[in-house]
Amino acid sequence: MEFTEFLWMTFGVFVTLCILSFLYKDNPFYKLAEHVVVGVSAGYFVIILWHNGLVPKLFSRLADGDWYYGFLNSSHVEYLIPAILGCIMWTRFSKDYAWLSRWPMAMYIGISAGLAIPLEMSNRVNKQLHAMMAEIDWANFVGHDGFNLLDVTSGLSQTIVMIGALAAIVYFFFSKEHKGAFGAIATLGIWVLMIGFGASFGFTVMARISLFTNRLQDTFRWGNVAFNTGNANYHAGFIVVFWGLILFVAGYAVYEIVTNLKRRSSTT
Amino acid sequence: MRRQIPFALVFIFGIFMVFQYFVPHETSEWAYEFLLDWIIVIGIFALALGIWSLFKVSVEKIKLGKEGAKYSYLTLVGLYLMVAFGFTQQTGGSLGFGYFVWIVLCSACIVALMRLRAVSDSGAKRMWGMVSLVTLVAAVLVAIFDDAWAFFLYTPEGLQNSMFRTFFDYVMMPILATMFSLLAFYIASAAYRAFRARNVLASLLLIAALLVMSRFNPFIPGAEYVAKASNWLMNVPNLAAQRAIVIGIGLGIVATALKVILGIERGYMGKG
Amino acid sequence: MQTFEKLMKLDRRWVYLLLIIVCVWSYIADFTVPILVEPEVRSIHSFIDSLPEGDIVMIAIDYDPNNLAELHPMTYAMVEHCWRNKVKTIFTSLSQNGPGMCDQALRDLTDSMALDREYNGVEYKGREIVNGIDYCFLGYKPYFAIVILGMGQDFRLPFPTDYYGTPLDSIPMMKGVINYGQCACVIDISGGNITDAWISYGQGRFGFPLALGLTGVMTAQYYPYLGSGQVFGIMGGLLGAAQYEELADNPGRAKDGMRVQLFAHMVIILFIVMGNVGYFASRRRLKQEGRA
Repeated sequence: MEFTEFLWMTFGVFVTLCILSFLYKDNPFYKLAEHVVVGVSAGYFVIILWHNGLVPKLFSRLADGDWYYGFLNSSHVEYLIPAILGCIMWTRFSKDYAWLSRWPMAMYIGISAGLAIPLEMSNRVNKQLHAMMAEIDWANFVGHDGFNLLDVTSGLSQTIVMIGALAAIVYFFFSKEHKGAFGAIATLGIWVLMIGFGASFGFTVMARISLFTNRLQDTFRWGNVAFNTGNANYHAGFIVVFWGLILFVAGYAVYEIVTNLKRRSSTT
Repeated sequence: MRRQIPFALVFIFGIFMVFQYFVPHETSEWAYEFLLDWIIVIGIFALALGIWSLFKVSVEKIKLGKEGAKYSYLTLVGLYLMVAFGFTQQTGGSLGFGYFVWIVLCSACIVALMRLRAVSDSGAKRMWGMVSLVTLVAAVLVAIFDDAWAFFLYTPEGLQNSMFRTFFDYVMMPILATMFSLLAFYIASAAYRAFRARNVLASLLLIAALLVMSRFNPFIPGAEYVAKASNWLMNVPNLAAQRAIVIGIGLGIVATALKVILGIERGYMGKG
Repeated sequence: MQTFEKLMKLDRRWVYLLLIIVCVWSYIADFTVPILVEPEVRSIHSFIDSLPEGDIVMIAIDYDPNNLAELHPMTYAMVEHCWRNKVKTIFTSLSQNGPGMCDQALRDLTDSMALDREYNGVEYKGREIVNGIDYCFLGYKPYFAIVILGMGQDFRLPFPTDYYGTPLDSIPMMKGVINYGQCACVIDISGGNITDAWISYGQGRFGFPLALGLTGVMTAQYYPYLGSGQVFGIMGGLLGAAQYEELADNPGRAKDGMRVQLFAHMVIILFIVMGNVGYFASRRRLKQEGRA
């Protein structure tokens, strides 16, 4: 690894620690990293929109025209219409002409809503209802290999899925009071929903921990590179940078502890 | 008229897209592809609104000297740097020293222009004006005379600019990844403080969560059965619950889309 | 009982510190967590294994750096599996920062593919992966639902050029490849609601085989689609990625991170148990005080 790449890696670890310092309290290092990433992300998105969006979808199509004629002599002059409609969206910032921005927005909303109706009805409702009303495997009601309550394809499991899903759908029907038999089914429904939410929570814990695990892996990788004497480009600078960052972080931690102690002793 | 025409547009395009799904005729397919193509172009311009908004807010913050204004310089410089990297690329073996001089000069020019807007004293204004002019002229001269790199506006060479990639790999990725990794600690704190088996429902949630969290733990007794039970929980009761939610969401989406097309739901138009 | 109540009032920063110490210690400790592979992950691996050389798999890298911890290992394991089996790949990125993630993964994977490796007892010679022949990266366009529908008609409709600006018609791999019909399957690796669009607008309208790589947060919500046959496999979170690495015999960051997961989960379970013991203890004390 080159030394310049290691310096950038060190910067990556530095900003990681800047963000993690928020766990202690809000501080200038966290704000620094936060504002940098907002600007850099926005700049990145501008470039992606330009190179992957505007250039291939608009400018390349108008390329046989001349910019000083406003591309009106292009063979695909019809693409000026969505460009103009897109520019009209920017009138949103004007107090007098903001009403113009509703036209292209209306086009987009109409198209999206129209697309959604048949597709969502088919895929979220029809196919799920169809799957819910699947034929119960009575022959293997308690399991395919003998008695096995944990067999997910057994008739019993299919029955639980069907009854559980129906009960949960009944729970979501709030136009009728949840009393009597209806209320009992709704109660079963909320029990099933709670199991689903518990499963989601279990996965969520894993998801969150893995986010921190990745930062640990990158930090340890940085440490390994700092001491990797097998690297053809290795020299003392790697160690200097490594210890420089460690001492800087340790120094800031000591400064915070001392400031905290002084504040406590002055209040008592 | 300012609201009627947009509502009519929503209705026309919405109804067309619904019926187009069921009409396989060539003309219908042609119109469908035409609209899909156009809507992406319109959408690209719309997304630029967000970028402009960020720029405006940062500039206003600096001008009015609000709290945290000094960090807005970082936002603007970061925005400029990525845009500059994305539109430039080396023409030879490397970007060269002149490229970094140009980057520094342009960043200094941006900071000087922002300070020019922010200060009220005429002497300071004159000074920052001079600084911004000198840095701008120097940047233009470096851009004209340095051959090691060039601007690429209509071809995507900038996407392979080493600095563009470096900033993505070592600035954006670590910061964004770490921001979300804070959630690991918040969930631990929440589990400690708030996750209580207060009633039957909370107990069910807790038991399901504990079962799923233990599924890959080899140290607990009966680890294999815990893993199987967890798999059964995911594929049976969890599936039932999520299926009901998915059906509910689907019906909600269809109902909302119908309300939007028929003009019953009007919130998206805003006021006026 | 008062000890529990004092613990309940503990500053949350001590909880954070304990979690950091446990995570760092478990990462330094040298042991491997045995991975049990679930059927929903095995189905994806088996599907790719069954594809003949030259078939095309579409992989949608629809995630941002926020989700890279769980989804990047999946991408690495699966793409290397495809390329080792000489299956071609079309990449697209429908999330805002997805192109950068995909670009980084492609750079790393093309370097890795140059090395000779052995997976599951089979030796694979290192080879050069060529853009345009072994893979094509379409890039990003906004409004993913519209793009997914457009790709179903013709890839050239939303993507006249690839990410690097080359017209699709001049890319050798894309000759004769019009839309999803020429792809063996689509695998969506996503951290957000783009997955819903792939299921409803993609698989629902065009009927191609679809598999998902999801973050842990989302995984539980997509089991209904697995049950109804709309998707044929799900890799859920870091565990899903570790299971795929286990099947592909390609240990990476996912398997490496599972030991941290194991001990962090144990600590969080301990927190939950402690919290509940303290809660019940204080409830009992209040009841007794109420009676007294």
